Amino acid sequence: MEILSTLPPELIRMVFAAIIIISFIFLNAVMMGYLERKIAGHVQRRPGPMEVGFHGILQLIVDGVKLVAKELLVPVNVDRTLFRLAPILSFTPVILPLLVIPFSEKLQARDLHLGLVFIVSMTSINVMALVVGGWGSNNKYSMFGAMRAVAQSIAYEIPILLSMLAVILMANTFSLKEIVGAQQKIWFILLQPLAFIIYIISGVAETNRAPFDLPEAESELTAGFHTEYSGMGFSLFFLGEYTNMFTVASVATVLFLGGWHGPPLPYGEYLGIVWFFLKVYFLLFFMIMIRWTYPRVRFDQLLNFAWKYLVPFSLANILITAVVIKL
Amino acid sequence: MKRYFSDLFIGGKSLVDGLVVTTKALFQPIVTVQYPREEIDITPNFRGHIDLVLDPEKNTFRCIACGMCERSCPSECIQVKGKKVEGKKKKTLALFRLDFTKCSLCGTCVETCPTQALEFSNEYNLAAFSKEAFHYDILKRLEERII
Repeated sequence: MEILSTLPPELIRMVFAAIIIISFIFLNAVMMGYLERKIAGHVQRRPGPMEVGFHGILQLIVDGVKLVAKELLVPVNVDRTLFRLAPILSFTPVILPLLVIPFSEKLQARDLHLGLVFIVSMTSINVMALVVGGWGSNNKYSMFGAMRAVAQSIAYEIPILLSMLAVILMANTFSLKEIVGAQQKIWFILLQPLAFIIYIISGVAETNRAPFDLPEAESELTAGFHTEYSGMGFSLFFLGEYTNMFTVASVATVLFLGGWHGPPLPYGEYLGIVWFFLKVYFLLFFMIMIRWTYPRVRFDQLLNFAWKYLVPFSLANILITAVVIKL
Repeated sequence: MKRYFSDLFIGGKSLVDGLVVTTKALFQPIVTVQYPREEIDITPNFRGHIDLVLDPEKNTFRCIACGMCERSCPSECIQVKGKKVEGKKKKTLALFRLDFTKCSLCGTCVETCPTQALEFSNEYNLAAFSKEAFHYDILKRLEERII
């Protein structure tokens, strides 16, 4: 205890925040995996996992144990360093955005002035991991997956940034806390519906989720960039994907859905997290429903949609927003 | 330019339609069955392996051990034997074996039977660890049903 008092309180706070966030990431992946399989089941009118625990609630924990216990296979003729590095590179940067997300008015690890820029830069490292993994695997399918991932993320990074820019123009700040604060009266989804739609579409594409899951298209590329991975290597990619989904949904909540705002609760400064999580998990539910509804797009359709529709529309949206604000 | 916007509109509408379909399916009852714990009733027309018909009047089999089924079987998987019983003029059935590993469920035996003594059973969840487990003693199965 005496050692604790000699340490700067800010350091202790950050360590605690990091521990909570990392454990939350694993919890989130378990919940999302379960939710995904349950929803997939019910959409196809079957019950989904039912065997382990009540209604299969422990299924993902059992799966996790199995994945941890599996051998980490490194195929011959792969670039060992890159092959090993890719899952870590995919998983590590996705933790960082959660440090700047304001879960409620007082529950935020750090309020950066350039919070949004920080999130965007961190989430775009993920595609780097896919390239490293795809290249290092020495497998043509992995390579194709990696190439697709790059083209896709270049195409969709632009509309996602432009749609964020419209909100930034309105809130006049990059700090996530202040953006939420600016939505005290009216949520930005009502003022910027087009930007919200563009953000959600590009967000789904950014996280490589169906219908934009070309980098890991099972039917075309076996498993795309993670074809050669087994055990924890594979599950770190998965953790990265689910955490990226969470980040995309929580940024959407912060930018468009009013963050922690909602009907007043006691201790609202802290319990605003309830509203925040409700909104985030609604968006995640929506993303899962999208996955189980739409077939995968073709690659030319994917790029056409980004360059011909999303980019012009988001540019027009920014122009209109800027003009209206200036007036 | 007109095509550009009509594509957007039609595409967007089809996306909404698709979501409506899956959202409806999400709240509809489940149609699959958790198999080993739940089973569905099998249709009476289902062709399982053959069984002897239990005659409700005589409370025994109708089979006269004529061997028509044995001879008509294209896979030669039926084995029928009759025996003479003291005081009776005709032979009675002593053995009726089916090698279900060979049976193709064609139903010729059921059709050729002069006394309609054969029927298809409703057994469908068959699994075993050895080939011999599928060599059925059909007569024994019937005797179990008599009691």
